[in-house]
Amino acid sequence: MLTLFLLLPVTGAVLSLFLPEEKQHDAKWIALVFSGAAFAVSVVVFALFNASVPGYQFVNTFEWIAASDAGFRIRYTVGVDGLSAPLVLLLGLLSVVSVLVSWRIEVKAKQYFAWLLFMETAVAGVFLSLDLIQFFLFWELELLPMFMLISQWGSGRRLYSATKFLIYTLAGSAFMLVGFLVLGATAGTFDIAELTAKPVTQAVVPLTFVFWAIMLAFLVKLPTFPVHTWLPDAHTDAPTAVSVMLAGVLLKMGGYGIIRIALPLLPQQAHDSRLILASLAGFSVLWGAVITLRQTDLKRLVAYSSVSHMGYVLLGVSAMGSLGLSGAAMQMFTHGTITGLLFVVVGLIYDRTHTREISQMSGLMHRMPVVGTVFVIAGLASLGLPGMSGFVAEMTTFLGSLDAHPVATAAGIFGVVLSAGYILWTVQRVLHGPATDRWKELTDATSWWEVTAMASLVFVILAVGIYPALLTTAVQAGIAPIAQIMEGVS
Amino acid sequence: MTDFLGNHLNLNVGLLLPEIILAVGSVLVVFLDMFWEKAGRGSAPLVTFLTLIAAGVASASDIDAVDDFARMVSIDNFTTFFRFMFIGVGIMLVIGGWEYVDKHVNHPAEFYALLLLSTVGAIFMASARDLLIAYLGIEVLSFSLYIAVSLGKNDNRAGEAGLKYVLLGGVASAMLLYGLSLLYGVAGSTQYGDIAGALQGDLTGLHMPLILGLTLIVSGLGFKVSAVPFHMWAPDAYEGAPMPVTAYLSATSKGATLALFLRWFGGPLLPAIGDWQWMMAVIATLTMVFGNLIALQQHNVKRLLAYSSIAQGGFMLMAVTTVSDISASALLVHLGGYVITNLALFLAIIQFYNRTGKEEITDFAGLSRTNPYLAVVITAGLFSLAGMPLLAGFFTKFILFQAVVQGGFLWLVVVAVVGSTVSLFYYLQVIRQMYIYEPVGDASRWTISGSGYIATGVLLAAIVFVGIQGAPLYTVADRAAFALFDGAPVAAAAGHAAPAAPAAAPKAGGH
Repeated sequence: MLTLFLLLPVTGAVLSLFLPEEKQHDAKWIALVFSGAAFAVSVVVFALFNASVPGYQFVNTFEWIAASDAGFRIRYTVGVDGLSAPLVLLLGLLSVVSVLVSWRIEVKAKQYFAWLLFMETAVAGVFLSLDLIQFFLFWELELLPMFMLISQWGSGRRLYSATKFLIYTLAGSAFMLVGFLVLGATAGTFDIAELTAKPVTQAVVPLTFVFWAIMLAFLVKLPTFPVHTWLPDAHTDAPTAVSVMLAGVLLKMGGYGIIRIALPLLPQQAHDSRLILASLAGFSVLWGAVITLRQTDLKRLVAYSSVSHMGYVLLGVSAMGSLGLSGAAMQMFTHGTITGLLFVVVGLIYDRTHTREISQMSGLMHRMPVVGTVFVIAGLASLGLPGMSGFVAEMTTFLGSLDAHPVATAAGIFGVVLSAGYILWTVQRVLHGPATDRWKELTDATSWWEVTAMASLVFVILAVGIYPALLTTAVQAGIAPIAQIMEGVS
Repeated sequence: MTDFLGNHLNLNVGLLLPEIILAVGSVLVVFLDMFWEKAGRGSAPLVTFLTLIAAGVASASDIDAVDDFARMVSIDNFTTFFRFMFIGVGIMLVIGGWEYVDKHVNHPAEFYALLLLSTVGAIFMASARDLLIAYLGIEVLSFSLYIAVSLGKNDNRAGEAGLKYVLLGGVASAMLLYGLSLLYGVAGSTQYGDIAGALQGDLTGLHMPLILGLTLIVSGLGFKVSAVPFHMWAPDAYEGAPMPVTAYLSATSKGATLALFLRWFGGPLLPAIGDWQWMMAVIATLTMVFGNLIALQQHNVKRLLAYSSIAQGGFMLMAVTTVSDISASALLVHLGGYVITNLALFLAIIQFYNRTGKEEITDFAGLSRTNPYLAVVITAGLFSLAGMPLLAGFFTKFILFQAVVQGGFLWLVVVAVVGSTVSLFYYLQVIRQMYIYEPVGDASRWTISGSGYIATGVLLAAIVFVGIQGAPLYTVADRAAFALFDGAPVAAAAGHAAPAAPAAAPKAGGH
């Protein structure tokens, strides 16, 4: 089942590559069908996921490289637990959304959709892999489509941004590989479940070094201060669909990695580093929020708000308790939907206005009420209004981290205030104000693909906000064993 | 039959059949060219091709053999591994490079004769079990290449390349020979087995000549494998040589030298590991660091690949540093992946050159428009060298790194991983040109010849196959390495490597 989820998008990618040149506009239909099918699979997986069964489910495994072949073994193993199941669902959903918002891509359409689908497979591999090497393989694989998409279909300084993204991520993952190699060589296995059950306690180098080597890759990806500077550039210059994927699922690879790998595999070292992590988290939240306030470019503003919001994930993690970790896991899901939606809306606005300068916009609500309304919904969800998904996640995070890190939590709560500031201010500047003549000709988003993209995300945001148990049951089941490990160390 | 010392000599000439076939083929190619004009231009590549195939078939009978010829040459899986590798390289070069050779090489027949002859030398480097035979193998390979490098037609750089290569190569050979004579003085024998025994024994008063000899040997071999700081000849030779020769330099010549490294440092010199291990670690580090850094500034694609192959050599020297059956197997795996990848790249660039006559990186602008197939091959090759997943380079590099970590040299792996990250940046320069920039001038599509499709297609498939399901390569590499370490040396390696490991650990912690 999960292998199917992994293979569907890449099959679509290959098919779309082999389309004849003159039919390349059909690539979007291929992309829609295959990402839709993958989404259906992810829904089925999430629905059939049984939170009361411990361990990984839907496990699919075979010996990739047998021990007898080369003196070591690498397994292909995929499986989900409560931590990854929601992320898989999120990936399925956002992939469909990103195909929809790319509906008007004309330039080199078949390559574009092929890369987009290929990226879905790569990210899916990261969330599903239960073997460190397989995890690393997919982690690296995801760079390729991302680089190509930004550098070829982006805007502005696209090559610069794509390269910056690549260098940051590669630098991080290089150290991650070193860390994995040490763990694998010490324990004699790369199986995440085995390494979790029997954490390595002694290696040729201090394990603190290993922990930070691995953490670096995740912190870059998350991203957190001071390694966040690739994110605004990548977002600003990426095409809309790529921004949606980047904010929606790619950043989650960082948080997922921390919770799945860094914490349970090196619990003692993680525990020792919790103060540093909390400080980074608190500072990221504030720093991201303050910088967001100063942005004049709409897309850059949403990008920086991501830095701030992903700080909550790290804050929840740094509490190292079940509540904090659940909050972090939920924040990942909700941030994916909310920021994904924000980028969709910003992309729709940009398609019509051809500018992202906030100062040039005014009274857009009069011209495009649908887009405006969705923008407001996404904004409110982003600042954590009760009844929307963001509130549930942030609340859980704060409750979890308050005891462990009161100062960082206070910073985080103040970050919410700031985020209310920049969201409301932006809404006021862009949507309200006098309806100027310049934007008289703007049309609202009424095409089926635009409406579907927005409506599906709004639906998820509201559903989780109103009935959080949809998400929390699975998340708590997934977090419980990890929290148990973390609470066991002192 | 026995020699005058009473050692039993096995003079079964059949064991050397592949080499004999290659040598005869080489002579045949030259004679055909000289005395039979009717044969035409196509005869040399055809005869070469058939000779290589015949040698390959003859090698197949020696799979799993454990034998030696006159105590001079070992016929084991290690030898067989390299026989197949070098013969395969030759076959690919003939298929993918004959058009280039026809157009851009003086005396094509000589090129083919030298190709065959140097392959004989390369095989002897891998199979020798006596210092003299190994040295003869080196010289057969080197002399063939000195000529081959300067065969370029209408290219002023060919002369410079040839001269530089022959002068520096001569110095290196002299150093190597001096080192070997010192080693002979210490050990009292040129037989690998006897040397290992002698070095395990009492070395009182002989330590100084041993160190001196080792230094000279490492330097001499360092030249041949183009390790920093002995790499100066490589970029010029790579740039000036005809492209198939460049490909040959980066594949067979490098592979044969690494085979020799493994034979020597995993066998006769293993007992002296404490004396040479640090040299190897230093050279590997320098090679990785400078190879990758200098590659960043290149604008000629051949020079870029020259530095990239220098850096790749550094990765492989790491495995020599921690020599053991595991790391030898890992080295062979990586070497296999590297040879496949590099050949694919060079053959694709040869096809590109056949059409355009250009070799600057900027000349590749818009290749994805004008010839998407070649663009894919080159991209796959470059990404594989950088170690991207699903391509050969990912697992081979990973296996190599893992083996070095297990050998206790984590800090080397840290350098390698960082170097590998840097390498992706310069590989991307080429990929960027192909995919992001528009073609300059003529933007119409063009195609390559059928033989070009076959050669690049086979290698591209091999890159992807090894990247996804590399088990066959790992298995044969493992068996080859097992042949190398069959018996006592493995235990000796463990005994000697163990004191080195804790010494390396604190250093690694500091990084």
